[in-house]
Amino acid sequence: MRITPTPDFMLEPALDPNQDAGTSRDAIGLGGVNAGGLDTRHGTILTLEDISVSFDGFKALNNLNLYIGVGELRCIIGPNGAGKTTMMDVITGKTRPTTGGAWFGETLDLTRMSEVQIAQAGIGRKFQKPTVFEALTVFENLELAQKADKSVWASLRARLKGEQRDHIDETLETIRLTASASRPAGLLSHGQKQFLEIGMLLMQDPQLLLLDEPVAGMTDAETEFTAELFKTLAGQRSLMVVEHDMGFVGTIADHVTVLHQGSVLAEGSLEEVQAHERVIEVYLGR
Amino acid sequence: MNQPLMVTVARKAGPRVSIAVGVVVVLVLLALPLLSLLPESNSLQVSAYTLTLVGKILCYAIVALALDLVWGYAGLLSLGHGLFFALGGYAMGMYLMREAAGDGLPAFMTFLSWTELPWYWAGTQHFLWAMCLVVLAPGLLALVFGFFAFRSRIKGVYFSIMTQALTFAGMLLFFRNETGLGGNNGFTNFRTLLGFSVTSQGTRAVLFLLTVALLLASLFVGWRLAKSKFGRILTALRDAENRLMFCGYDPRGFKLFVWVLSAVLCGLAGALYVPQVGIINPSEMSPTNSIEAAVWVALGGRGTLIGPLLGAGLVNGMKSWFTVAFPEYWLFFLGALFIVVTLYLPKGVIGLLNKRGES
Repeated sequence: MRITPTPDFMLEPALDPNQDAGTSRDAIGLGGVNAGGLDTRHGTILTLEDISVSFDGFKALNNLNLYIGVGELRCIIGPNGAGKTTMMDVITGKTRPTTGGAWFGETLDLTRMSEVQIAQAGIGRKFQKPTVFEALTVFENLELAQKADKSVWASLRARLKGEQRDHIDETLETIRLTASASRPAGLLSHGQKQFLEIGMLLMQDPQLLLLDEPVAGMTDAETEFTAELFKTLAGQRSLMVVEHDMGFVGTIADHVTVLHQGSVLAEGSLEEVQAHERVIEVYLGR
Repeated sequence: MNQPLMVTVARKAGPRVSIAVGVVVVLVLLALPLLSLLPESNSLQVSAYTLTLVGKILCYAIVALALDLVWGYAGLLSLGHGLFFALGGYAMGMYLMREAAGDGLPAFMTFLSWTELPWYWAGTQHFLWAMCLVVLAPGLLALVFGFFAFRSRIKGVYFSIMTQALTFAGMLLFFRNETGLGGNNGFTNFRTLLGFSVTSQGTRAVLFLLTVALLLASLFVGWRLAKSKFGRILTALRDAENRLMFCGYDPRGFKLFVWVLSAVLCGLAGALYVPQVGIINPSEMSPTNSIEAAVWVALGGRGTLIGPLLGAGLVNGMKSWFTVAFPEYWLFFLGALFIVVTLYLPKGVIGLLNKRGES
């Protein structure tokens, strides 16, 4: 009798080649580390625990606790100065929290990773003001954002493969910019730039997308289209959307978090939150 | 629009015309040294003065190209590229001084009654080691400076000021006799290079051809870079560094790579400059020289590859004519030129040519 080795019988490798994925430090920044599989055993993709950030005594975030599940679409609302952007800065490594912990999946400590490592690990961020590479064409913008080896050496040799080109074309289709593919991004309208930036996020193939006011400056039709797009994205990826437009929040969100003075004021469905006594107080003044 | 590729220039001016002009220029440059070898009675003979002048301008053109790689593409305005140029020149000068001095000490050291060579002169009598120094001295300095500057995220005008300070510090250091590199007189009175007399027509012709070769090689490297994904990343870095970081690129590595490459190109240009011109002294490191290099790039058109070459050629051509015709007014003219370019030609001469190609 012949025994063929099957994967089931094989021992696990003693050294996990991915154990350092996304966390190793690189002094000069010449190399790139690609994210391995993200550990989301407990169904939570983002964990913020007791986060505080103070700028010269001013507490921008105050013992903030927030958990985002895998595949969830979470909306964050709150009055100006509630700490929404600071929270995104903490998650993406731009600001270090004074105290508290931030975890991506179960294993990646966001407070110890650089912005670049966090981006490579799989968190994409859209800025409040649409930021694209204006001198490059729409196609080139997407090409740069595409998930690939992003080290210096790889960029010197990189050639666009057929499947990568197809992927870019698909994304162009999704964000409805196929006709503008070879136009410089600087010539796009405000709304188109918003879409291009969302498209760049999609090319990055992140597990978690942070979107800061994605529909600002969009027409009603564009807003509606964005809502649809986000709904199809949720499930495959986790989304965290900061938005002021309550109509938009109503169409996309099943779960809303209200921030106020740097901590969570209320959490729940939009109706629940809108009926919450303290929320009304904060939004309407006392 | 600010398309960073030379390709667009070529496309707009009509590819045939651009290629034809390019080929003619290269052929003329290759013919010049051959014509200089003709006997003086021949009417086609090119004088040593002309050959040296053009060779010098070609060296400057390489500096302009190198500066454009960091300024035009990556958006880092360096006002200290003269330092890298001078370091390459000094490395070559050390070899030439040793060659001229034979077994003894270089003349300026005997004058200071030094009895032995400082440690950093070790090995400079070997041409190969001197060539290594030509690359290593500017390269390592750029690496160390760039590492700290980019790690601390220094950019914009602060970066320019720091590079300016760096070249000024270098100049002060090299002015000192104790530095052991000739003080304010620098190095001169070279005799031979690899045994060939530096003043002979043949040596001059070969040096000139090497300069043309280096220029073409730098142009090729720049073209490949601009065409690659690396070039697009540099442009992205210039326009939106934050976005690039959140796309997962580490800007430090990209900046450092192009910064060191640029410094090394400058060093090589300096090494070819010194034997042709016959002197190197600390005034090459003076801040005005580095600023002038920025003027060449701005005039020609930054973010293009041909622009800086045009700029270096135009400004230096005018300079050699002006300093003969109206010596006192050159600096006024240079200043006026910078103002005019900033106000009316933001994309430089290349931008002007592009516009004409479009209409």
